[in-house]
Amino acid sequence: MCQAQGGLRLDGTEFDWAVHCSMLRTFLRRALAGLAVVVGVVTLMFFLIRLAPGDPALLLVGPTATQDQLAAQRKSLGLDRPIPEQYVAWLGRFVRGDWGNSIATGRPVRGMISAAWPATVSLVGLSLVLSYIIGIAVGAIQATRGGRLDTTLSVVTVTLFALPGYWLGLMLVMVFTYWARALPSFGAAGFDADFLTGWDKLADRLRHLALPLTTLTLIGIGSTARFVRGAMLDVRNAPHVAIARAKGLSPVQVTVRHVLRNALIPVLTLLGLSLPALFSGAVFIEAIFAWPGVGRIMVEAVGARDYPVIMAATAVSATLVVLGNLLAEALAAWADPRLRAQPSGGAA
Amino acid sequence: MGTGRSLLHDPRARFGLAVLLLAILVAVMAPLLAVDPSLQRDIVATRFLSPLTTDLHGTFHLLGTDRFGRDVWARLVYGARVSLGVGLLAVLLSVAIGMAVGAAAGFWQGRTGLVLLGLTDFALALPRVVLLLLLASLWQPSAALVIVVLGLTGWMTIARLVHGEVRALAARPFVESAVALGLRGPRVLVRHILPNALTPVIVAAALGVGNAIMLEAGLSFLGLGVQPPTPSWGNLIASGRDTLVNAPWVATAPGVALVLVVVAATLLGDAVRDQLDPAGRRGSEK
Repeated sequence: MCQAQGGLRLDGTEFDWAVHCSMLRTFLRRALAGLAVVVGVVTLMFFLIRLAPGDPALLLVGPTATQDQLAAQRKSLGLDRPIPEQYVAWLGRFVRGDWGNSIATGRPVRGMISAAWPATVSLVGLSLVLSYIIGIAVGAIQATRGGRLDTTLSVVTVTLFALPGYWLGLMLVMVFTYWARALPSFGAAGFDADFLTGWDKLADRLRHLALPLTTLTLIGIGSTARFVRGAMLDVRNAPHVAIARAKGLSPVQVTVRHVLRNALIPVLTLLGLSLPALFSGAVFIEAIFAWPGVGRIMVEAVGARDYPVIMAATAVSATLVVLGNLLAEALAAWADPRLRAQPSGGAA
Repeated sequence: MGTGRSLLHDPRARFGLAVLLLAILVAVMAPLLAVDPSLQRDIVATRFLSPLTTDLHGTFHLLGTDRFGRDVWARLVYGARVSLGVGLLAVLLSVAIGMAVGAAAGFWQGRTGLVLLGLTDFALALPRVVLLLLLASLWQPSAALVIVVLGLTGWMTIARLVHGEVRALAARPFVESAVALGLRGPRVLVRHILPNALTPVIVAAALGVGNAIMLEAGLSFLGLGVQPPTPSWGNLIASGRDTLVNAPWVATAPGVALVLVVVAATLLGDAVRDQLDPAGRRGSEK
């Protein structure tokens, strides 16, 4: 299907169809694999939560209910049917967009999730961008400067790397909320947010974002800087860098164009791999700061055996992780021509 | 083996080993260092004492007391037993699973290998904390459950590593000669290949211990791990959360201990990795 079919673009440059086609094919294959992962995760979760002890119907009717009431409740929730049958029914409805109502609150699950995911994505996305910018800068400085500065920064980054998010979050709350009384530590907006307009509203949002974002970002900086430092030191001794130096390029040019650029390719791959960890971290951070995101919904739903909510939150977070991985792979392929035309699509 | 001696020249390894040994020593000798927290039953008079104070009965509280008048140092020391124990056992479990899967996949390439590798990739793609949350909250929370859950969700990197090593080693002459001598597959794998594949596993395990301790604390923090009154560093942090204003030391002390141990495990892992991989000897060259 991907024969070498050369062509000319409108601007006269050459266009190699074969390369683009095989890229597309690799990408499609990855997308299919990603879909399989999401389906797999969702299926696993479905059977796990039903095999585990705990009954949402019992939580709903209360401990004083009679057996008949319990049975009626189970029947109305569809929990009396065999599990595989429940699974097929659920999957069919889920794919068609009918995510059902929360067992615990009775609210439509889709509404709950669609209200929550922008909060998670904005928190995770912003901290990702910030921690990569700062982390890459710190790692690059360490790798090029070396000496005592490198040692000092290494101590800092390994400490950041080792900080548990929930604890760092608590410490920041202690300092900035309780001692300095400077920043709020609860939710994504103040109680008076609805009455604020324009800049005041934005400022309110930013003040609420400050502590959770700082927590996630600081931890991210630790691992990114450690990784970038290592990758740059690996590339620094490569032949092409020696040639660049021999050509008489300035140290800055060598570092930025020849060392950093190549060192960033594995960093892009790391970006994809670190997404699940970031989402995991966000679960704890959301729990601490009462951030109204998917993670908090998940923690609450798990406690209440709220099957429809758990399933929807799982599907959404698995999808976000898979999409993030695909994006990171596409970015890496864009940055490194060598990764583009991989015939097998395997992780070589 | 010269690795051990030159490892001690690395300040990171010295620091890491010292802190980890100290932590293990403290955990083992807990009864000598502090009063068993479950025996402390003097309640109201000793609530919220700040660090370095002596209470009315003349007992000295190095790290102060919490809202039930319990000595924070004692809880920290006994919590070390739980946290370190859970972390180590969880990593042992994931190393065992990871080595079995990785070795089988690397040695029996072909269909078995493909299936096992597919399983590993799938497990890697699972959102670990989501799985942890579910598993830990659906069954009755306990230390044993945390160990099993962390072990079951942490074996994939080890499996990947071992798979790569075993594949590379299987093509080496000494393995071929072992096969030529008529040794059977499993024996070759266990006696000749796996011992040579151990070193990267040790590094990954050292790094994994820190991570496992951190995750145990996270689960306990959310109330899904080790249950109070049994102290673990995670539920100590969680219990300090409500008293952050009037007794900040309750949450601070276990957090500092946790960070120290994780930093130590990470630095030790870094140092061992650099020792084993001369090509990537980072930072030692100027």
